[in-house]
Amino acid sequence: MNIVVSIKQVPNTNEVRLDQTTGTLIREGVPSIINPDDKSGLEMALKLKDKLGAHVTVITMGPPQADAVLKEAMAMGADDAVLITDRAFGGADTWATSSTLASALRKIPYDLIITGRQAIDGDTAQVGPQIAEHLGLPNISYAESLELADGYAVVKRQYEDRIHVIKVRLPCLVTALGEYNTPRYMTPGGIFEAWEEGRIQVFTRSDLSVADENIGLKGSPTRVKKSFVKAVKGQGTVVTMDPEDAAVWLTDRLKEKFIL
Amino acid sequence: MKIEDDKGVFVFVQQIDGEISGVSFELIGKGRELAKILACQVTAVLLGSGISQLAGELSNFGADQVIVVEDAVLETYMTEPYTHAMTQVIKRYKPEIVLFGATAIGRDLAPRVSARVHTGLTADCTGLEIDPASGCLLMTRPAFGGNIMATIVCAQHRPQMATVRPGVMKRVSETFGTGCRVEQVVLPDLADHVNVEIVEVIKKVSEKMDIMDAKVLISGGRGIGGAEGFRKLEELAEALGGTIASSRAAVDAGWVEKDRQVGQTGKTVRPNLYVACGISGAIQHLAGMEEADIIIAINKDPSAPIFEIADYGVVGDVDKVIPLFIQQIKEEQEKR
Amino acid sequence: MDFELNGAQQMARELFSGFAEKEVKPLAAEVDEEERFPYETVEKMGKYGFMGIPVPKEYGGQGCDILTYVLCVEELSKACGTTGVIVSAHTSLCCDPIMKYGTDAQKARYLPALAAGKSIGAFGLTEPGAGTDASGQQTKAVLAEDYYILNGSKIFITNAGPADIYVVFAMTDKSKGIKGISAFIVEKGVAGFSVGKKELKMGIRGSSTCELVFENCKVPKENLLGQEGKGFGIAMSTLDGGRIGIAAQALGIAQGALDETVKYVKERRQFGRSISAFQNTQFKLADMKTQIEAARLLVYQAAKAKEKGGRYSTEAAMAKLFAAKTAVSVTTQCVQLYGGYGYIRDYPVERMMRDAKITEIYEGTNEVQRMVISSSMLK
Repeated sequence: MNIVVSIKQVPNTNEVRLDQTTGTLIREGVPSIINPDDKSGLEMALKLKDKLGAHVTVITMGPPQADAVLKEAMAMGADDAVLITDRAFGGADTWATSSTLASALRKIPYDLIITGRQAIDGDTAQVGPQIAEHLGLPNISYAESLELADGYAVVKRQYEDRIHVIKVRLPCLVTALGEYNTPRYMTPGGIFEAWEEGRIQVFTRSDLSVADENIGLKGSPTRVKKSFVKAVKGQGTVVTMDPEDAAVWLTDRLKEKFIL
Repeated sequence: MKIEDDKGVFVFVQQIDGEISGVSFELIGKGRELAKILACQVTAVLLGSGISQLAGELSNFGADQVIVVEDAVLETYMTEPYTHAMTQVIKRYKPEIVLFGATAIGRDLAPRVSARVHTGLTADCTGLEIDPASGCLLMTRPAFGGNIMATIVCAQHRPQMATVRPGVMKRVSETFGTGCRVEQVVLPDLADHVNVEIVEVIKKVSEKMDIMDAKVLISGGRGIGGAEGFRKLEELAEALGGTIASSRAAVDAGWVEKDRQVGQTGKTVRPNLYVACGISGAIQHLAGMEEADIIIAINKDPSAPIFEIADYGVVGDVDKVIPLFIQQIKEEQEKR
Repeated sequence: MDFELNGAQQMARELFSGFAEKEVKPLAAEVDEEERFPYETVEKMGKYGFMGIPVPKEYGGQGCDILTYVLCVEELSKACGTTGVIVSAHTSLCCDPIMKYGTDAQKARYLPALAAGKSIGAFGLTEPGAGTDASGQQTKAVLAEDYYILNGSKIFITNAGPADIYVVFAMTDKSKGIKGISAFIVEKGVAGFSVGKKELKMGIRGSSTCELVFENCKVPKENLLGQEGKGFGIAMSTLDGGRIGIAAQALGIAQGALDETVKYVKERRQFGRSISAFQNTQFKLADMKTQIEAARLLVYQAAKAKEKGGRYSTEAAMAKLFAAKTAVSVTTQCVQLYGGYGYIRDYPVERMMRDAKITEIYEGTNEVQRMVISSSMLK
């Protein structure tokens, strides 16, 4: 049983702060982490390794320093790691990213592919299903849990107000929800083993069979036209009103902020 | 085929158990706005089984036409049959824009469709406009964990696809009558596209969520006055999809369980919305919640320190403001 | 001298600090208040290999270097002094002597369970009449066919009670003085061995500190650790390693107190401004940070010296002496910076101050460390 988990190194966007004076994001000193949904997916895979002796490979597409997430994953118990890195892959939207990852996956044996539902920097939730499309695999998104038996996966798939229990034949792709599989810690011994030479295989552009028009910035159907910071959080507004007016005022504030 | 030849704004209509989800009406409303600028029509695309009669509702909320794909296979959402059906509709009708709600269904279906059709998809849009120069759709969305906003364009590929968060767009306020054009699309090979089995559908029963998981916290302090006061806060929390929390004073007084406590000797939380009711805002409490995205404070005392970190503060009596606030919110939700 | 942590050690530090923040810190006040041994934490630590960091992989340990073990004790102690000493005593005072002096059979029998945290270890040297002067061992061990019969008592034994495996010292031949002391591995539950009263302590209140009582206790002769008569040397060399662990604990306590205090002084306002704006506060913080950094370098140096092989007693003694004094001094100043709130148990610094004091006393008092250091100079 071969399981491949696709993980992403992301800045911990919960820690990013706004510089009040310049109105820009303070990105320095923000720690990089394994994307939480991906880490949960990795934990799903490691549980299957514990239970069934599955072989777990982790892959990531990113700059060279993304090898840190692969080391962390191996220190948690993943067996192998592949770093997919090349300048040519940079600037990719989800089409180009998923095309690149799919082409790497064609070189790795898999019965099951697990990705996180979404990354906390991009927040699109698109790459997982798109990888499945490129590979012609069924995908089950928003997985709370995953069991394997007799060549099938049984997944609890989450919707807003219900769960579908879905049975799907392997190979397939599953996107994992962050809240459901508390990731295990690394072990100290695992860390040192992960840092040994030669543990991480590297795929660059020349290692992958994928068309130029499907990768990187040039291969991206969508582009960012502009980006801007939301209104700087200055001194808040305090009002003294009649309760009826206050209730309306507060509700309007919730609407403004898309909470309502 | 040039991309200028693709015309029309299409909206994927999400229906569950024969009930149309609110976001679909909102997208038809927005679709009308975009269609007007582009001088084209808004088409609602409805997939399901035994749902043709819903076309009238879609017409009433502003769809210029409805495309219905009706098949037993489409009764309950499954990724592949729905992806195939939407893809066939797109290939046949060549719309320039297709909108989906950013729901548990939409965020699964739209990526798969966009990859099959080889076009761009922008997720969780909070703003949609037409660029006057190019006629392209400008899709604005939060990124980087919500810390910045980005405007995305899909210049060379069609259709331009976007998923939109529920509650962001407004449904139209007028009605249009239930008689718009309805076109049935038959896909005879749909059953071949079933590649999963739904073994069971389990409807959720809600229980009290952990305050550290909640996106919305309604928190009460000494000013709540007693356990009874927390019932109202629970109602507010439920209306906003969150849960209640408290300061230490309320826990010590025995009004709530310790697992609700936020602060120095309680938990640290980072919800999207933190409503501090009758909480003075001592440093010990702030330490547990000052990282919330939006902080609302309601307190009788205008000099309460909580007002220094609140985004929106109301000086007033919690007992009076909260029930009215709940009412306002429910009215707002009814409208959608 | 290379003071940098390598990539793996840096990652290990992040592991330990993440674990301490999430699993240890939330329990620290309660463990102290209730004087409760944190069994659930020990189980978690055992699962992730924290209870056998330097134990070789062939015996189920993590096979890491001493510095990595030091980082673990340091990070745990930042959050909770009790949890730090549980790991330190278990590893340095029980796993270590078995690793160093045990037969293959003894290592195979005891190390795997110890490294997995399924057995907890302890070290029984101190007696009512033999503290700083450890040579005055009254506990006797008499060989009778296949057993040594132990009679006597030990006092102030860390982990006693929860521990399953005890490295215990007793006099096998009084006529030879310190060359007549031997070391034994005593298992919990052996007839004639009981754990006596639990001490009520000033600090590290969750750590279980008890008497050991031996009444005609029959210890199998296979459980002699090392050779007869070599026990005192085993005890002293074990304590050298233990000192590095305690130095790491002291370092962690000091750093934890400073970290909390820096947060507090930024928020606390008096006289219309944050108290961090006052130079008195700033200068105190600067001095404490410098002291802690100096302690850190001594501790890491001692760890590296031990790792290298060869003698390291002086380095270990300097590290423990300095780190312990630093912990006491820093935590006391931190309580002062908190003002009245520093004295209230809702805030962690008073616990850290109470925890710090023991580091100047156990595993060799400050005075003993000075004896070790000066004797190396005056040879």
